[in-house]
Amino acid sequence: MTDPRRSLVSLQNREDFTRRHVGPGASEIAAMLEAVGYETLEALTDKAVPKAIRSDAPLALPDALTEAEALERLQALAAKNRPLASMIGLGYYGTHLPPVIQRNLLENPGWYTAYTPYQPEISQGRLEALINFQTMVMDLTGMHLANASMLDEATAAAEAMTLARRVGKSGSNVFCVDRDVFPQTLAVVETRAAGLGIDVVVGDLADGLGGQDCFGVLLQYPASSGDIRDYRATVEAAHEAGALAVVAADLLALTLLTPPGEWGADIVVGSAQRFGVPMGFGGPHAAYFATREEHRRAIPGRLVGVSVDAAGKPAYRLALQTREQHIRREKATSNICTAQVLLAVIAGMYAVYHGPEGLKTIAQRVHRLATILAKGLADLGFSVETQAFFDTVSVAADGKAAEIAERARARGVNLREIDADNIGLSVDETTTAREIEAVWAAFADSDAPGITTANLDSSVEDALPEALLRTSEFLTHPVFHLYRSETEMMRYLKRLQDKDIALDRSMIPLGSCTMKLNAAAEMQAVTWPEFANLHPFAPMDQSAGTRELIDELEAWLCEITGFDAISVQPNAGSQGEYAGLRVIERYHEGRGEGQRKVCLIPSSAHGTNPASAVMAGLSVVVVGCDEAGNVDIEDIKVKAAEHADTLAALMITYPSTHGVFEESIVEICQIVHDHGGQVYLDGANLNAMVGLAKPGLFGADVAHLNLHKTFCIPHGGGGPGVGPIGVGKHLQPYLPNHPLVGEAGPETGMGPVSAAPWGSALILPISWAYIAMMGPAGLKRATEVAILNANYIAKRLGEHFPIVYSGPGGLVAHECIVDPRAFKGSAEVTVDDIAKRLMDYGFHAPTMSWPVAGTLMIEPTESESKAELDRFCDAMIAIRAEIARIESGDWTQDDNPLHGAPHTLDEVTASEWTHAYDRETAAFPVASLREAKYWPPVARIDQAYGDRHLVCACPPLTAYQDAAE
Amino acid sequence: MSGIKYTEDHEWIRVDGDTAACGISDYAQEQLGDIVYDELPEVGKALAARDEIAVVESVKAASEVYAPASGTVAEVNEALADDPTLVNQDATGGGWFLKLKLDDPAELDALMDEAAYKSFVEGLD
Repeated sequence: MTDPRRSLVSLQNREDFTRRHVGPGASEIAAMLEAVGYETLEALTDKAVPKAIRSDAPLALPDALTEAEALERLQALAAKNRPLASMIGLGYYGTHLPPVIQRNLLENPGWYTAYTPYQPEISQGRLEALINFQTMVMDLTGMHLANASMLDEATAAAEAMTLARRVGKSGSNVFCVDRDVFPQTLAVVETRAAGLGIDVVVGDLADGLGGQDCFGVLLQYPASSGDIRDYRATVEAAHEAGALAVVAADLLALTLLTPPGEWGADIVVGSAQRFGVPMGFGGPHAAYFATREEHRRAIPGRLVGVSVDAAGKPAYRLALQTREQHIRREKATSNICTAQVLLAVIAGMYAVYHGPEGLKTIAQRVHRLATILAKGLADLGFSVETQAFFDTVSVAADGKAAEIAERARARGVNLREIDADNIGLSVDETTTAREIEAVWAAFADSDAPGITTANLDSSVEDALPEALLRTSEFLTHPVFHLYRSETEMMRYLKRLQDKDIALDRSMIPLGSCTMKLNAAAEMQAVTWPEFANLHPFAPMDQSAGTRELIDELEAWLCEITGFDAISVQPNAGSQGEYAGLRVIERYHEGRGEGQRKVCLIPSSAHGTNPASAVMAGLSVVVVGCDEAGNVDIEDIKVKAAEHADTLAALMITYPSTHGVFEESIVEICQIVHDHGGQVYLDGANLNAMVGLAKPGLFGADVAHLNLHKTFCIPHGGGGPGVGPIGVGKHLQPYLPNHPLVGEAGPETGMGPVSAAPWGSALILPISWAYIAMMGPAGLKRATEVAILNANYIAKRLGEHFPIVYSGPGGLVAHECIVDPRAFKGSAEVTVDDIAKRLMDYGFHAPTMSWPVAGTLMIEPTESESKAELDRFCDAMIAIRAEIARIESGDWTQDDNPLHGAPHTLDEVTASEWTHAYDRETAAFPVASLREAKYWPPVARIDQAYGDRHLVCACPPLTAYQDAAE
Repeated sequence: MSGIKYTEDHEWIRVDGDTAACGISDYAQEQLGDIVYDELPEVGKALAARDEIAVVESVKAASEVYAPASGTVAEVNEALADDPTLVNQDATGGGWFLKLKLDDPAELDALMDEAAYKSFVEGLD
């Protein structure tokens, strides 16, 4: 028998990417459908997704491209970019990402597909990498404590402002900002201040506060103009006024300059971009946030700390989580959730690889070139305005700034046109002698200005102020000295990677996190120099390709969500929430209803929602939920009516945080609209709706999308993320914009929420490629299979555990909640025990204790095959059988494999074994583990110990020796 | 223990001479789990009943503590700073949070006594 001859079009195999992105094949789908009792995917979808919200027309998107076609198209877009050597500065600098880090870390799914390290025992590798980052920041800034990254320098400065207000002793409502800070930082601070009713006063703070009362000051070191100023008097004046001193500092400069911690700064923030992370047209990069010991409970974001495991060995975990939004909700220190872990890890490894001497050499070379550049310009007759500087100078150009900059561009270099009369020039790690000479030629308007860098090298003098030269040591910990050869570095990265569970090992069934495939083809463009080496403030014609890509992506996201406009500026879901709420507030103000400040939030909401509302200056009114986990519609009616004059918005997650398609969503939106409010839809669960329903059409006015969930940007171990917002036409005029780049948003906009005009532009090609390669049919199929996979798990596990919450037809949406709370009474087994025992089976636990305390929420996504789902279900069912042996008295409540989990190789192979269960049960509870076994590197970690004895820097090596003895 | 009174938010208060010691109940500490930090008010601060007086944090939760009665903070338990587990070990004894100089001792009459609180807690489970 011969196959029927196929047409060329059919052989083109355009659905091939969809087939590979969606885990289960046709036969697996058929078997799962049978298990859940439906004939077809369509029948299941029709039952699970309420009619009222369905959009039945296929998405009007281009047909799917093959991987090769998508890459070809991306190359064509890349070719439209023209990245020049950048001397623009302003917080974005050229840098050399060491190839050993690019290949083994940035381009390695073992690092980029990991999740936020909530389960520390299986995250020791990236936790160590993050504590390296924290230690690096603490050393360079001279501060006691640093967190594990912020979204960008500007938001870090805004967070510093709010911290200063929380802890400051001054009763003032004023935040003073020096006029020589980066303009985008000032604009983001002003946006944030407006929502909170803080007055931002800009002035010259070089020599004090001029009597201005305030709760905090913001200074830049070195300043935006390049100037290095001694701020000691200003800091003293701030302290006398009961205010905190916030300093935005450049990490590379701090290798040569006295760190702000040594001259009194209370908070130091900045960007770690130039430590190996490409400019990427603005992001993503890791910012840092460092402060003094006394403010440790007020610090925003994730903080990695050291604790001990059950065997007394040092082990890392996230510390002081009670500050954070997921626990503290509207009282949290910040709404930040996703940060910039992957980028922080890269920056930390850059410091590990170069060590203190290497970093200093890079800094000294940068400084030497800057002094040579300045000397040459002076020799050519130009007035260099900056006397004391590190890498940046301002030069007077007497009305010729535009002309000179144009000539420099013709020679391949972007300069900063400060204004018509002044030019800014920043040197970085990548600057070459040829570029310096090109700048001289541009200034002199001559091909041969008659000077060379080589000639000037021996005669120029350093321009660092004597009084501010760094004398203290930094990066003295052995980790910054052990891995200087590429071989050692490669192995260090591998060793750390091997400690963690990422998607390259097994499914990560985290509910609400959408840990789907991050396909290799989607990732490729991220490191292409045409995308990676663009400065965000470069002239617009140089970024034509990236902007065309962004325009297309925005149009596609509008079609998918039913909104009229999208802003990709927010760098995370939390920032999208904040931006969306500010847009709503601006809309109300525009209609003369500025009194609308009440935000209704269901009790089941993600903790970020109330934290964002508070940050936006709204007051939170909690709406209850009924027993089925649905928003209590009667309570909404009552509260909407009660606050009819002041209702600003309802924030609601759909499908609900319980993983249910609530049938009443349309009615809920109507009630809010009837009372003058706007509906903010948290799009964290959009993966259950793409191709089936459009939030913009069933009642939402604004929604944020998590491109790092639904649209395949990898989680990076806790960031980067991208949280664009979609809005209806009436809200479009209020979208985020940018002070330096008019094209980035409407003139009437709310101001910037991020430092960069298009946020994390470098990773947008990932989502672009996903949509392009899936096409309308593939996207819909992904959603349908995501729903099938969740229902299959619910069905299989439902025979062994209670499943709480379901929607129409007893079906769940794209995730389900397993309820093991009864085992507390029957076997003294908690949700933690199950989570830790799953590690012995080689799995990352599902989301624990959220949205319901004591339960597990499982989201399989469409990318996991039936075989993997079965492996996971088998593990859960085997654990249930282990619990039964405790219940039956076979094992005691104190000595059983759940209680002892996770089991390390150390423990299982030790001569002494004291447990009532055997070693095989401990480590190889199912036979398949003999094929591939993951060994948790540490035993169960003592969380309380770490919070009571807070240590957030690399522990001395003796700590490990002590534990071993 | 005699003289101890409880609120529905699981604070306790016990008059001892001029002042009244207060803290969180044994039930509350058990619900919170391993306590890692207690944030206490400054001595001399005047409080109305139901004002927030402290924050108690475990690894997984943070909970506000409210004044069981109005008064002025006369003393705080400095020992908790070094060893927050005192609250877990002895919630109504060594794990006291602060001592209040009461505005009106009669306010305590409205609170639950030991037996009433016990049955209140039983009703919660």
